[in-house]
Amino acid sequence: MGLLKSYILPRLLQWLVVIVIGITITFIIPRLLPGDPVEQTVRRVSSTSVTDPRALEAFQNAIRDMYGLQGSPVEQYFRFWARMLQGDLGPSLSAFPTPVTTIIANGLPWTVGLLGTSIVISWLLGILLGTLAGYYPNRLWSQVLDKVLIAIYPIPYYILALALVIVFAYYIPIFPLVGGASGRPGLTWSYISSVVWHSFLPALSLVLIGTAFRFIIARALTTTIVSSNYVQYAELAGLPKRKIIFGYVMRNSLLPQVTDLALSLGALFEGALITEVVFSYPGIGFQLYTAILQSDFNLIMGVTIFSIVGIATAVLIVDLLYPLLDPRVRYR
Amino acid sequence: MTVLRDLLRFSPSFRWGAMFLLVVLVLAALSFVAPYGPTERRVVPNNRPPSATYLLGTTTLGQDVFWLMTYAVRNTLIIAGLAVLIGRSIAILLGSFAGYVGGLTDRVLSALTDTFIVIPRLPLLILISFILRGNLSFVSIAVLIGLLDWAWPSKRYRSQILSLREEEFTQTAVFSGMGRLKIILREHLPFLIPFALADMVSGFLFAIGFEITLAVLGLSDLSTPTIGTMIYWATYYQSLLARRWWWFGAPIAISILIVVAFYLISTTLSTFLDPRTRLKNIAVKAGA
Repeated sequence: MGLLKSYILPRLLQWLVVIVIGITITFIIPRLLPGDPVEQTVRRVSSTSVTDPRALEAFQNAIRDMYGLQGSPVEQYFRFWARMLQGDLGPSLSAFPTPVTTIIANGLPWTVGLLGTSIVISWLLGILLGTLAGYYPNRLWSQVLDKVLIAIYPIPYYILALALVIVFAYYIPIFPLVGGASGRPGLTWSYISSVVWHSFLPALSLVLIGTAFRFIIARALTTTIVSSNYVQYAELAGLPKRKIIFGYVMRNSLLPQVTDLALSLGALFEGALITEVVFSYPGIGFQLYTAILQSDFNLIMGVTIFSIVGIATAVLIVDLLYPLLDPRVRYR
Repeated sequence: MTVLRDLLRFSPSFRWGAMFLLVVLVLAALSFVAPYGPTERRVVPNNRPPSATYLLGTTTLGQDVFWLMTYAVRNTLIIAGLAVLIGRSIAILLGSFAGYVGGLTDRVLSALTDTFIVIPRLPLLILISFILRGNLSFVSIAVLIGLLDWAWPSKRYRSQILSLREEEFTQTAVFSGMGRLKIILREHLPFLIPFALADMVSGFLFAIGFEITLAVLGLSDLSTPTIGTMIYWATYYQSLLARRWWWFGAPIAISILIVVAFYLISTTLSTFLDPRTRLKNIAVKAGA
């Protein structure tokens, strides 16, 4: 009961607050900014042909209804929430009348699969390599790894992804240039293996940056932990190195890493967005990109809302895992 | 100043970083003596590979890649600098205020900051840029990026102020009747400067990366040459498929140079200024 009140409830409250504030911001922005999406759409459609002004007016009203822009701002806000809580994010304007939720649902498994595997691999790899490099800082491999990863870390993600695709999919055509998979979807070996093959380069780019980031943090953490007295005692007592590294050093460096994981989920989502654009990977980010190109306002709003909710939920889950790892939070 | 001299002498990473930075700054300065204006097109024959007359080749639009890149470097640095200025000012003000005042104000501000940290910036920025499309100048891009990058640094400044607040000199200042704002600005700010330097550099890197991302997605002011818009136009005119590597290779190489330069400088500077690592180095030398 104590844990529930002092830890879980504030986190749940914060989750709600983040979602409400985030969605409100997403709601306010189009209405505050000088551009008018209804005008843009009407102008675009009527620029190619002469239309009856009454038809244009009916069209304008229909668009306004689809964008949810009739009535006063307060009315719009409540209608917005009402629609959203029913799971209705409106129809996509470029793929009319497919609902936005269908399009997002189509792209979701690709993004989650790519992101999920990349996060897991880069987190594990980064922590493992970082801890080992921090524990043995004077070995050659540790210093080489350090220089290499520090060189990779500041490179803007887009540049890294672009360089990978140029080198490995174009100049030396090993990997496919676009797409998520080839062949007919199904549980056949050829389809599954093509999924893995197509996702290799995007995953590699995400893992590289993720590992570099975690490596640097893990190494810094390990250097501070290694000089602490309980580790020195363990070394003097002659405990096997493996036990010291995994049981003492890595365990204690996990906590900041877990917090950092929660906070960097947002950055990873942004990275996935760029990845999907560069590699033409059919996930949510790619949908967002095509929506921009086609001025599909509803889809852009839908994906933004979805990403806010998704990231807030992921952060909540990671936060809720925290007491499992840190006994001090449990027994406060 | 002596810090810089010592760093140049003793730290090879800093030397490399400073050298790269010098190259970048020289390039940016060269933009003022460029023979062509930044938005002029068809001033040179198009699609020529690098040669003696056209150092980095020419683009499909008839611009000289080398001089275009000097403009690009200058504009990107300006955008990033403006964004960092705006973002970090907000961060320092909010963070210091929340940390120093404490109590309910602090709790409210911290909750607000935490909310802003979680909200994903790229989709929001895409939404904004999409609606403003056509009306974006490169100053507004800088302002947008700056307005989105204050949350995480403000937390760090707040924790620094929290520890400074307990120091004796703060108590002395309070008892002498110094106003709150004056204490923060006069007494605490000097302590924040080493951290602020390293933090500003990472803000710089973030702003550059974001500007490139936005421009490549086509959501920026595409008529001004920046590193991102150069890459955008290069992909637009299919320079990758046509094997015209010089048009997109140049901005990519330069962006890597800029970030590596700033990163090296910031890490070496912060390790040097952090008294704990200095003590560790002294201890190691004495022990060995």
